[in-house]
Amino acid sequence: MGKVIVVTSGKGGVGKTTSTAALGAALASKGERVVVVDFDVGLRNLDLVMGAERRVVYDLINVIQGEAKLSQALIRDKRLETLFLLPASQTRDKDNLTPEGVERVISELRRVFDWVICDSPAGIESGATLAMRHADVAVVVTNPEVSSVRDSDRIIGLLDSKTVKAENGERMEKHLLLTRYDPNRAERGDMLKVDDVLEILSIPLIGIIPESMDVLRASNIGAPVTLADASSAPAQAYFDAARRLCGEPVPITVPGEKRSFLGKIFGRKAA
Amino acid sequence: MTKVLTDARSIRIKGRSFLAVVLSPDLPLDDWLARLDDLASRSAGFFLGRPVVLDVTDLEICKTDLKELLAAFVERNVAIMGIEGARPSLLGPGMPPALKGGKPVSGDAVAKEPIIEIRNMPAETQPAEPEPRQVLQSLVIREPIRSGQSVIFPEGDVTVIGSVASGAEVIAGGSVHIYGTLRGRAMAGSIGNINARIFCRKMEAELLAIDGVYKMAEDMAPGLRGKSVQLWLENDTIMAETLI
Ligand SMILES: Nc1ncnc2c1ncn2[C@@H]1O[C@H](COP(=O)(O)OP(=O)(O)OP(=O)(O)O)[C@@H](O)[C@H]1O
Ligand SMILES: [Mg+2]
Repeated sequence: MGKVIVVTSGKGGVGKTTSTAALGAALASKGERVVVVDFDVGLRNLDLVMGAERRVVYDLINVIQGEAKLSQALIRDKRLETLFLLPASQTRDKDNLTPEGVERVISELRRVFDWVICDSPAGIESGATLAMRHADVAVVVTNPEVSSVRDSDRIIGLLDSKTVKAENGERMEKHLLLTRYDPNRAERGDMLKVDDVLEILSIPLIGIIPESMDVLRASNIGAPVTLADASSAPAQAYFDAARRLCGEPVPITVPGEKRSFLGKIFGRKAA
Repeated sequence: MTKVLTDARSIRIKGRSFLAVVLSPDLPLDDWLARLDDLASRSAGFFLGRPVVLDVTDLEICKTDLKELLAAFVERNVAIMGIEGARPSLLGPGMPPALKGGKPVSGDAVAKEPIIEIRNMPAETQPAEPEPRQVLQSLVIREPIRSGQSVIFPEGDVTVIGSVASGAEVIAGGSVHIYGTLRGRAMAGSIGNINARIFCRKMEAELLAIDGVYKMAEDMAPGLRGKSVQLWLENDTIMAETLI
């Protein structure tokens, strides 16, 4: 039985889709069987980031409505043969995403894949609660700024109350993925510090992804950043996060921390 | 056709008590409304989705003025669920119903079953079987209160082992103890208790209230921010001092 992960945030545009694709590809590159599922009905993006937009025939709603079989809707990645995409519908109404349908699809996917990674839409409406509903693990994507942190806090509250795990009295495993971390802005004090975010959200940190042009470049060529340029800083950070998801103890480094440390020494000498 | 009165499927009518916010305006109403606006503007959404009762027992008001007052509430999105202490002649169709028998819940009027409302809280944080005859009750929550969550415990003290997030609230009939950072709202003595206090390990609160007396973040002495603090009431004023 595979693990179901929800990548969620509350706030929009923080990097959920980027992270879903990057983590999915990182896990699949180790030979794990992975499916990334787009829950953002009406605003689908994951197909673009995965570079599969021209190969979408059937989608999640078609499967839920019984208009297509799961095997017909799954799109195999061209680069990694254990990586699949289940796209969202761009045209259908999101009311077609029924709780029963989602439950059936997720349990089918769980049987076939090692990892089922659900890319949640922003917000706290039914799309987001359905995406998290059957998860075993949540990756809470947060940017180091106040509104994103508060929305993540709200989402954590929902993860602890509105999911099947919570309703069964079990604990949902939750991990914080801090994305778009800009060392320069952190140095200037324009962003919340890592420690402050951790103190507010009090869930374990699974990785810090630096703000980087490599992410935009990757999405422009339609590839998860971990496949587009595996040696880039954000890709490395996602690979490390994927290893931590598998339970490997990999130490976390704060991007730019070394430089800022050196900077302080030099600053003092100059003074 | 005769009505069958012995239909096996009866309608179940249940009684339930709710904790409502009671507003007791005083004259002149314009001044009072200005103060209400002030509170609401600094505490956005405070009245949203809350049952609010209008108490006019001590208010000299005629029917026209009452209608105007009700319209003023509608304008402010405050939903009045009932009016307390109004002479029957004051009320009419299209007005909220008269309410009677509201109790200021006090220590010796403890409900048999505590009215505990923990929205969004996992099941395990609900307290164990309440002890019906015990007057002092307390609720201990072992995890952080997240943004959007609200813990309401009129029966006694609330202790949170963890932080209270910005946008979260703890409302206790007794004292509030936060063993973490208080970033959201804390209201102690919510049903009338001048001796209730608020304690927190780190003060970053958005709003504090004791026995209905409010204090907003911007009214707080800057020296308290980030400190361990206790707050209490002295002559209708919230007092504060740092602990340790
Ligand atoms: N680490 C990063 N560095 C630079 N840009 C990034 C980074 N992560 C994400 N972005 C950019 O931020 C934008 C939003 O990212 P993404 O679509 O992954 O967010 P999302 O949370 O899925 O948004 P939505 O809530 O709309 O679904 C995209 O343009 C993406 O390229
Ligand atoms: Mg997205």
